[in-house]
Amino acid sequence: MKIVLEPRPTPPISWLLMLSAASIFVALLVLGVVFLVAGLNPFSAYATLASRTLGDWDGWSRVIQRAIPLVLIGVGLVLAFRAQFFNIGAEGQLLVGAVAGSAVALFLPSLGFLTIPIMFLAGFIAGAIWGFIPAILKLKLEVNEVITTLMLNYVAATLIEYLITGPWKGQNQVGFSYTDDFPAAARLPLLGSSYIHIPTLLLGLILAVFVAVVLSRTRLGFRMRILGESIATARYVGINAVSTTLWVVMFSAGAAGLAGVGEVAGIHGKLLEPGQISLGYGYTAIIVAWLARGSPIAAIFTALFLGISFAAGDVMKVSLQLPANTTNIFNGTVLMLLIATEPLVKFRVKLEQVKLVKDAR
Amino acid sequence: MIAAPLVEMLGITKSFPGVVANDSVNLELRAGEVLALLGENGAGKSSLMNVLYGLYRPDAGLIKVAGREVSIRSPLAAIGLGIGFVAQHPLLVRRHTVAENIALGMRGSFWNPVPKVRSKIFELSKKYGLEVNPDAPVWSLSAGEQQRVDILKALARGAKVLILDEPTSVLTPQEAEELFKVLRRMKLEGEGVILITHKLDEVMAVADRITVLRKGKVVGSLETSQTNPTDLAALMIGRQLEPVRASAVQVGASVLRLENVSALSDRGVPAIENISLEVCAGEVLGVAGVAGNGQRELIEVITGLRGVTAGLVMLEQTNLTNVNARVAADAGVAHIPEDRLQMGVVGNLSVAENLALRGFETPVFSNGQFLEPAAFESFAQKAVAEYEIATPNTQTPVRLLSGGNIQKVIFARELSTNPKLIVAAHPTYGLDAGATAQMQRLLLERAAAGAAVLLVSEDLDEVLALSTRVAVLFDGRLMGVVKRDAATREGIGLLMAGRELVTV
Repeated sequence: MKIVLEPRPTPPISWLLMLSAASIFVALLVLGVVFLVAGLNPFSAYATLASRTLGDWDGWSRVIQRAIPLVLIGVGLVLAFRAQFFNIGAEGQLLVGAVAGSAVALFLPSLGFLTIPIMFLAGFIAGAIWGFIPAILKLKLEVNEVITTLMLNYVAATLIEYLITGPWKGQNQVGFSYTDDFPAAARLPLLGSSYIHIPTLLLGLILAVFVAVVLSRTRLGFRMRILGESIATARYVGINAVSTTLWVVMFSAGAAGLAGVGEVAGIHGKLLEPGQISLGYGYTAIIVAWLARGSPIAAIFTALFLGISFAAGDVMKVSLQLPANTTNIFNGTVLMLLIATEPLVKFRVKLEQVKLVKDAR
Repeated sequence: MIAAPLVEMLGITKSFPGVVANDSVNLELRAGEVLALLGENGAGKSSLMNVLYGLYRPDAGLIKVAGREVSIRSPLAAIGLGIGFVAQHPLLVRRHTVAENIALGMRGSFWNPVPKVRSKIFELSKKYGLEVNPDAPVWSLSAGEQQRVDILKALARGAKVLILDEPTSVLTPQEAEELFKVLRRMKLEGEGVILITHKLDEVMAVADRITVLRKGKVVGSLETSQTNPTDLAALMIGRQLEPVRASAVQVGASVLRLENVSALSDRGVPAIENISLEVCAGEVLGVAGVAGNGQRELIEVITGLRGVTAGLVMLEQTNLTNVNARVAADAGVAHIPEDRLQMGVVGNLSVAENLALRGFETPVFSNGQFLEPAAFESFAQKAVAEYEIATPNTQTPVRLLSGGNIQKVIFARELSTNPKLIVAAHPTYGLDAGATAQMQRLLLERAAAGAAVLLVSEDLDEVLALSTRVAVLFDGRLMGVVKRDAATREGIGLLMAGRELVTV
């Protein structure tokens, strides 16, 4: 007997959903083992998590709060991945977006109702510049973008550390490394008593629809799709690969910058430690984009799903006395399984009897 | 007593879905000889050797090594039987040294085998004249030196039979001469060499015997001393079929003009040199030549995919030298690419989208920045009907179509703009008879309607059947341009082998 992989020309949607669900299920089993090791009953632990996240509006609001940056970044990454640019640097792009938004809030004279749009614009541009650097290095010098985008994450985090402990350290903050609080005009309106910052949420939804329309309905989107599928064909029809890729990457990175503005202006109201601004949204959004399998609209839903995972992390910390990072075990397992099951999307596994060649006489 | 041949392959048959790669092939290799395995691309040379090296299992037939019947299940088994394989592109670890590469995969003790291997390398390089520094990292070696390492690797593992797959395709003429010297030394040592090639002069220079394959079958096994390149070319290419020739057409004004064009290959070495030619409205200029003699670069220079290092590319009054592919297409150059799956279509996009690849930025398919799906659809409906594209519907991903139907999609798209010049690279390669006839008819129709056609094909029958004139490329140079009526298969075969310079 031997195992044969048979190409599967058109994997049905149901099979894709099945594989994703199976990956998530296995990750839940792995997390269950972690609960056991920590001395918890996995069933009651899961019951607690479910009721505290999806059981009431309070839980749902925390899920949505976490999903907001994930939608923005996830949609951008869907676009970048489709253009074959493996942007692992959304975390850094988010952080520089937060820096640029904070600069507008803290240092520009009052702009009234224009403050918030200008903060978002600044965040988008800062993110786009952070994306431009690895993109141009890849396109002109063939520098691997996985390495450069990842390294720029640390540069961005270190930049914030420097700013909040040095030149931007707040005059009114005692004992903590924060900037001063943003003025009221630089704070995003929230939904009721939750931390759902409405403008960022809307931006995320609009962006998802916008990207979906661009991809399926515009000349630029068609160029991107050709380029993402086949560089040889793009060359053959005369598409400028450099400028197209550059625009895609800068847009993708700019979207992460928007998420950074949302976090500081919506939740914290100041620039603070990088680890507090983002709980690793830039990395988790990679899973959001992967689960969405190239569809910006699907990214809204996968972002919501990983929002549950983040909200569950908060519950673990508060109610189960586990480190909040426990969710990373779950997220990591899901991503690993999604990548590992990729061959099952493209191939059907069959067992085959090995035929022995009969000697011809 | 006559010793048994080193290798005997008897009645080897190997088929793949849709094609019989080898059909009851017999092959014999004796000790102390170089056997050339000659044939066109797709004649079944490589698949036969893959059977011998244990990469493919034959459907039928048997293999004897030194008179004993054997079953070769893997390359490891082949190596165990003393069969070595030198691939066209050496399979070496570039960061490792020569000695480390040769030691790789050798059985032996737990300890680092490199010191032992070094002395073996010195011994073998002296014996066969294969000079190479065992401590040099592989990346620092030239293509010829890397090939020497690959040969040493096979010899160090005790190969008595060496298979070389188109070994000179990556070599300069001087390096090739060095290689032939090594092969002659191996003969003296009683080893056997199988040389896979389609180059006639090489065969004449180094082979003792020749086995010619055509369409999976052995069409001749002869002694080199009893034959000549002309006969070999005829055997390799096949009997001349009475071609369905193009009817005489009115040849019009010049459409494409190349003046002293030179260009580099992807590897940065000169690929075409000082080529001047002209294609007129209404004519089909066939370009014949063995693959890799500059055809690809010639096509790319004309279609805006490759810059020139010298010379001029003119389409009527438009200068297309060093333009990009979109400019060339807009000027009226259609391109049926050689690599139809990777370049000609995007497999995951639909039939309708692939049909619009050229025109989607024009007002035909878009309104401002927005695409017009209705225009895609109506264009696709028309193309599917006109070109008889067999597809479930226009939204089917094109990769699900058969090769012939994919080619029809490409033709439909490229011909839709009424191009002045059609550059067709191997337009019927791998297609069935019906699709082949349709593509050939389309090219002739367009020529009759006043387009200029540049047809590059390895199928000499096709070139002779369709062309008004035939140009032959050898080693990046234009060997000659022959009028169809003056063209003979033998004459072209010789030009293809770089034998003779003719100007008509």
